[in-house]
Amino acid sequence: MARAVTTQRKLAFTIIAWTVGLTLFFPVLWTILTSFKTEGEAIATPPTFFFFDWTLENYVEVQERSNYLRHAMNSVVISVGSTLLGLLVAIPAAWSMAFSPTKRTKDILMWMLSTKMLPAVGVLMPIYLMCQWLGLLDSLVALVAILMLMNLPIIVWMLYTYFKEIPGDILEAARMDGASLGKEIIYVLTPMAVPGIASTLLLNIILAWNEAFWTLNLTASKAAPLTAFIASYSSPEGLFWAKLSAASTLAIAPILVMGWFSQKQLVRGLTFGAVK
Amino acid sequence: MRFMPILLGTCAAALLAGQALAETTLTIATVNNGDMIRMQKLTDDFTAKHPDIKVEWVTMEENVLRQKVTTDIATKGGQYDIMTIGTYEVPIWAKQGWLVPLESLGADYDVDDLLPAIRGGLTVEDKLYAAPFYGESSMVMYRTDLFEKAGLDMPDAPSWDFVAEAARKITDKDNEVYGICLRGKAGWGENMAFLTATANSFGARWFDENWQPQFDQPEWKQTLQFYVDLMEDAGPPGASSNGFNENLALFQTGKCGMWIDATVAASFVTNPDESQVADKVGFALAPDNGLGKRGNWLWAWSLAVPAGSEKTEAAQEFISWATGKDYAKLVAAKEGWANVPPGTRTSLYENPMYQEAAPFAEMTLESIKAADPKHPTVDPVPYVGVQFVAIPEFQGLGTAVGQQFSAALAGQVSVDQALKNAQTLTEREMKRSGYIK
Amino acid sequence: MATKQTQVTAKIMMSPAVLMLLAWMIVPLGMTLYFSFLRYNLLMPGMEEFTGFGNYEFFLTDPAFLEALGNTLLLVGGVLLATVIGGTFLAILIDQPIWGRGIVRLLVIAPFFVMPTVSALVWKNMLMHPVNGLFAWITRGLGAEPVDWLADLPLFSITVIVAWGWLPFATLIILTALQSLDSEQKEAAEMDGAGPISIFWFITLPHLSRALTVVTLIETIFLLSVFAEIYVTTGGGPGTASTNLPFLIYIQALLQYDAGTASAGGVVAIILANIVAIFLIRMIGKNLET
Repeated sequence: MARAVTTQRKLAFTIIAWTVGLTLFFPVLWTILTSFKTEGEAIATPPTFFFFDWTLENYVEVQERSNYLRHAMNSVVISVGSTLLGLLVAIPAAWSMAFSPTKRTKDILMWMLSTKMLPAVGVLMPIYLMCQWLGLLDSLVALVAILMLMNLPIIVWMLYTYFKEIPGDILEAARMDGASLGKEIIYVLTPMAVPGIASTLLLNIILAWNEAFWTLNLTASKAAPLTAFIASYSSPEGLFWAKLSAASTLAIAPILVMGWFSQKQLVRGLTFGAVK
Repeated sequence: MRFMPILLGTCAAALLAGQALAETTLTIATVNNGDMIRMQKLTDDFTAKHPDIKVEWVTMEENVLRQKVTTDIATKGGQYDIMTIGTYEVPIWAKQGWLVPLESLGADYDVDDLLPAIRGGLTVEDKLYAAPFYGESSMVMYRTDLFEKAGLDMPDAPSWDFVAEAARKITDKDNEVYGICLRGKAGWGENMAFLTATANSFGARWFDENWQPQFDQPEWKQTLQFYVDLMEDAGPPGASSNGFNENLALFQTGKCGMWIDATVAASFVTNPDESQVADKVGFALAPDNGLGKRGNWLWAWSLAVPAGSEKTEAAQEFISWATGKDYAKLVAAKEGWANVPPGTRTSLYENPMYQEAAPFAEMTLESIKAADPKHPTVDPVPYVGVQFVAIPEFQGLGTAVGQQFSAALAGQVSVDQALKNAQTLTEREMKRSGYIK
Repeated sequence: MATKQTQVTAKIMMSPAVLMLLAWMIVPLGMTLYFSFLRYNLLMPGMEEFTGFGNYEFFLTDPAFLEALGNTLLLVGGVLLATVIGGTFLAILIDQPIWGRGIVRLLVIAPFFVMPTVSALVWKNMLMHPVNGLFAWITRGLGAEPVDWLADLPLFSITVIVAWGWLPFATLIILTALQSLDSEQKEAAEMDGAGPISIFWFITLPHLSRALTVVTLIETIFLLSVFAEIYVTTGGGPGTASTNLPFLIYIQALLQYDAGTASAGGVVAIILANIVAIFLIRMIGKNLET
């Protein structure tokens, strides 16, 4: 009897969850489907769902017109580079905030977060001029640095909240055993911190990958990432839904696949100290 | 320490020498419209003729591109060797000394072959600062089958009254047929391009000779009221967020009886691969009100060389190739005459093969001829430009006014209120910029 | 027991991050402040002059300023509300024993990976368009008149688009918190005869409070500067019905390369953002104490 109820309940929840999940996923699915339609089919009413002439012509066109691999590589370099650099700077900072907190630690943390509130449209021109003086327009270096700084507050904060969960006793014990600071970090702290670091890494790669203001405005050709690739397919004169959908599918595919494969790691550390 | 400068000097010299020996790479910024994409695909023809020049393309949607090239040229960023700009930018930038006058396009370029209206818009103080790649005006595209069914006969040069009457007659909302599709999405290059050009034909103008904003004048009220009423009765739902592409999609799927928009649209709506109504489209000049001005605009996407570029020679070689007569033949040979970039050269319109391949050729030429950027309005104005005012403030101003008119179209404010707001915010900006006290 | 030595080490370890952010803050902010007192238009070089608070006056007296301010807050508030409530609901749903949980989770997090410009284009043209869009097709199929989303409900539509992108983020954090909930506590409550609603209210929700705080704080930071979604869909309209502060800066200044006013607008936005932040921290800061 109890078993039957559970199965029924499970079935009900399964149906609800799948309905909601599919609804949320629908715009993405729709984009992917549209990318296999012809331009005429893409705007047809009533819309066609699966029974249309599947075509690869949009992908062929995109392949002919743009250097997808170069854009994708630039996106990888920018998102991974800025995140790694950010971690390098943030780990010691978060470590010291978590283990040697002072009265001002919270204030510093909040101040860091507030630097993220600089609205990009308001500071485009100062930053652009600065990059130009430094000869850093259309260079990956500038983008890595800027995105690193943009995401640094989030990285520090995520790590801080994660590090705080690590019991101080363990460190004390290690110190008692005569471990030096370096050893303490390598052998004790790091293994415990890996999940937190991993999910910080993943989240910030996603944020940097999708950043579309700086990456678009500070690049021309050599350093142009996938956001620029998208901009070359959106809103020309003429129909573009199918081609844009193909370009979008290509642009989100790497990060989507990465996200899906690593979602366990992403979720595990995504606590922001939310779990006690 | 003494030898540091020497070392640096040597390095710099070596670098320079290296650059001189290597081939020149041109970075070209362009819009992602069909004709430019075709140019990009035909690059091999150019590089085959100029083995010492390499070409790097930066293709972007219009608004992103404009923002990028403007920022670059204003800060002397030097990221591009050739920029694709429009008739709005050329006069402003040329006056700033930001563009190189195109004086070495070659002997066989034949500048006099360029259509006078287009050439005039790209010339400042008798020097050509940008070479037109394709030109466009606006015209009426209409469904011959719907007109026939309604017993209407579209004249070649219709009046606004006729267009309004026909639109209301054709409209059949139950079957999703809307008499007329017009731009409504806010933006200086979106609804304001259409409305400013339309206002010209109603006798309205942005500014009087002393730069005093004119939105409080009856001509504007008449224009906007006409537009809002017409769209209310005969326009599609959601018109206030429709731009060129949204209307194109509506027209191609058979939902519009008429569409007044850029002449380049003609090749899209008559293309059977994309358009469900390809064989049922007719063309006519943009309407007028008998005041001597038609409601059509003039635009030319053009190639220009930023001042300060070190590759001006190579850049002009490219421009000469892309906008020259041979390019038309190249496109014709590869993709057919109908796909040749329109609206720049007289010779193209005299070519019988083009006339045959492009049913819209004559109307396009007539429309372009009917526009006069130097004298756009019925009453005199201090500015140049048909569907825009060629002052740097116009992009922001046009978009802000466009928001007001879009709100009027959506029925969120009254026509009077929208005009009042437009007048206030234009006065504000003009005062601040020192045009008026 | 922090010794003097460890405190020094701590400071050294913290300094790169602090110094870098300080530089990041001071240099652009300094330049922005400086520009904000200049009449400085990139398109008119050589005309720069000091104008005092002229740019601020121009920006603050803009007829659309107050509306933009209101829209900014409404957008942040609306998206927060939608993602927090929706996220909690989704997290609880996924936390139930269901078939194919892994796949459902993949479906739910997918929107997070879509760039804002792309999602805005897709929503605007393929879903919300009153003639060609899918929603219109569905409403017509049901015999109703299609809603003109972006013209009649512009701010609501943008809220929906933005919330769609942020819902996975909220869901994931809440889900993580949910999974750390002690199931024994729940079972005990069930034994005592507590219904699912009171379990949710008295056990689950308090447990989630920190997670919800975090979601609120992080999302607020990002949502204050929503731009791409508005730019692509409504262009701030109709009228100024969906213009928020970043978009107002864009129209008033960036579009005409008025670096002075753009900077003044930027400074105003930073000040307002910080007011919101302080308010938020006050309100929820207690939750972050350990």
